[in-house]
Amino acid sequence: MIFLADFSVIKPEPGLLIWTTIIFGLFWYLMSKFAFKPIGNALKQRELDIQTSLDEAKRAREEMSHLIAQNEILLAQAREERSAILKEAKEAKEEIIADAKERAAAEYKRKVESAIQDIENQKQAALVALKNQSGQMAVEIAEKLLRRELANKPEQEAYAKSLAESINLN
Amino acid sequence: MAGIRKYWIALIFTGLGVVAFAQHDKHPQPQQSSEQHEAPANAENSHDADHSTEAPHVGCGHPIVEKEGEFNAGETAVHHIADANAIHVVGDFYIPLPCFLYAPAQGWTITTTSAFHPHHHGNGAVAKDGYVLVHGSIQRAQDPSFPKGEVPVSEPTHEERTVNGKKKDIYFVMAEGKCYELDKKTTFDGGLMGGGVTSYYDYSITRNVFTMLLTCLLLFFVFRRAANAATRTHGFAPKGLQNFIEPFYTFIRDDVAKPSIGPKYEKYMPYLMSAFFFILGLNLIGQIPFFPGSANVTGNISVTIVLALLTFILMMASTKKYFWEHTLWMPGVPAALKILILTPVEILGLFLKPFTLLLRLFANITAGHIVIMCFVGLIFIFGKAGTSVGGSVAGAAAAIPLSLFMMTLELLVAFLQAFIFTMLSATYIGMALEEPHGDHH
Repeated sequence: MIFLADFSVIKPEPGLLIWTTIIFGLFWYLMSKFAFKPIGNALKQRELDIQTSLDEAKRAREEMSHLIAQNEILLAQAREERSAILKEAKEAKEEIIADAKERAAAEYKRKVESAIQDIENQKQAALVALKNQSGQMAVEIAEKLLRRELANKPEQEAYAKSLAESINLN
Repeated sequence: MAGIRKYWIALIFTGLGVVAFAQHDKHPQPQQSSEQHEAPANAENSHDADHSTEAPHVGCGHPIVEKEGEFNAGETAVHHIADANAIHVVGDFYIPLPCFLYAPAQGWTITTTSAFHPHHHGNGAVAKDGYVLVHGSIQRAQDPSFPKGEVPVSEPTHEERTVNGKKKDIYFVMAEGKCYELDKKTTFDGGLMGGGVTSYYDYSITRNVFTMLLTCLLLFFVFRRAANAATRTHGFAPKGLQNFIEPFYTFIRDDVAKPSIGPKYEKYMPYLMSAFFFILGLNLIGQIPFFPGSANVTGNISVTIVLALLTFILMMASTKKYFWEHTLWMPGVPAALKILILTPVEILGLFLKPFTLLLRLFANITAGHIVIMCFVGLIFIFGKAGTSVGGSVAGAAAAIPLSLFMMTLELLVAFLQAFIFTMLSATYIGMALEEPHGDHH
């Protein structure tokens, strides 16, 4: 049986040991420097990129939903404000109208009062003037009467009558 | 139909493997058979005699000749999985490889395999500086009287001899009419496996070294392209080769390194990736049954020793106080138990870890190669080594589906073993790095 004797693969050989060490050592060094490191870094970088992109997308989506919610709130607020403003305006209007009415009434009253006052004043003035004039007239008539009495009695009476009429006309 | 079409590549590979095999194990030449008749008388005598006291040139071994209709599948398989100093391509065509040989007695010999004029069965027709090519591997004549320079030698002969209780296969060649015993290259098995330190060391670029270089270059080229694409197309979706390579990286990172090593995984990623692809690449290249594949690199213990040793060194370099505490003096266990059982077992386990690592890979890949070789060998067994065409056809009918099945299985094993080696390396490193956490055993 020559099996064992020729079974050389189980015998460690110095040549193959040394060559394997050299070749595998070089392979290890070169591969790690020129292949595994760049590939590993590229993979890591890519994973990082993908993660960042995903995170960013998630954040953007969150922001978007946040913005939408904010918009909703703003809209609601605006709507509320609008109705408040409208209400206020309505109130203001009513107030203004009421105020105006009041003021108008007061003014009217004042005007009426002043008019009454004026009229009263005028009336008094007129009365004063009338009194003055009628006094004067009476004096004039009396003067004229006195002058005419000396001439003619009937004429005197007629004249007195006409004078009296003229006063009436006045 | 569609199901079969899927496996056409595997079918072609199996077919080509059979062809390559058939060419390699071409039948012995007729002139050898005539030599056979002369040898037995001499050989039989030498067999009975005590070999250790006998001069090597007295009995010059048996000629290595297969008898008509005889085929030793085991021997052929073992020969195919072994490393060699030349790459057998087809027929008698061998690709020469650089040879760096060192013998303490004569210094360095640097040459190529073509200097040995390899021909039939990978035997060299010429010896150079005492070195002879036998079955594709270089051996050396220890006898200093062996002619210097390049001399023609005979076909090698061999005989079995028991040395220190181990059976050894010794080869002989005839040079200038004299018979010389050949030494095999030095191996570091300490004689346990029938090897040991001999008269010379072989530091050549062997078939395995060549395949390793080729695989590493191929892997480097592929990975360099993927890495370039990864850096260049920053900010764009990956495509093409990059898409093929990157999942492997993320797989090793997310399913091997991170769970086993923990937060410090990044430092060990290059080693784990290198080990995974080195083993996977060599496993897969070894599956190709013709040039430039078929070399059984990860099934050679020298290669797995280096890889397991590196894992062991990395593991030891990563150890923390916690690890040593739990290995040498496990808290919460009675002292007597610790001294008698636990600590010795833990220390043994420390060295068994890399040992199982190297043995598992070596055994799995070698076994796969042997099984496929044996299935292909069925053709030659049934065909009585080429003499019976009908038998060959019957053998092929059995061998092709069986080899196809094994090759598909080996494809799985190639990935599985690369994964297991990487996974266990990561686990061992993770063990060394372990930090104390709340629970105490």
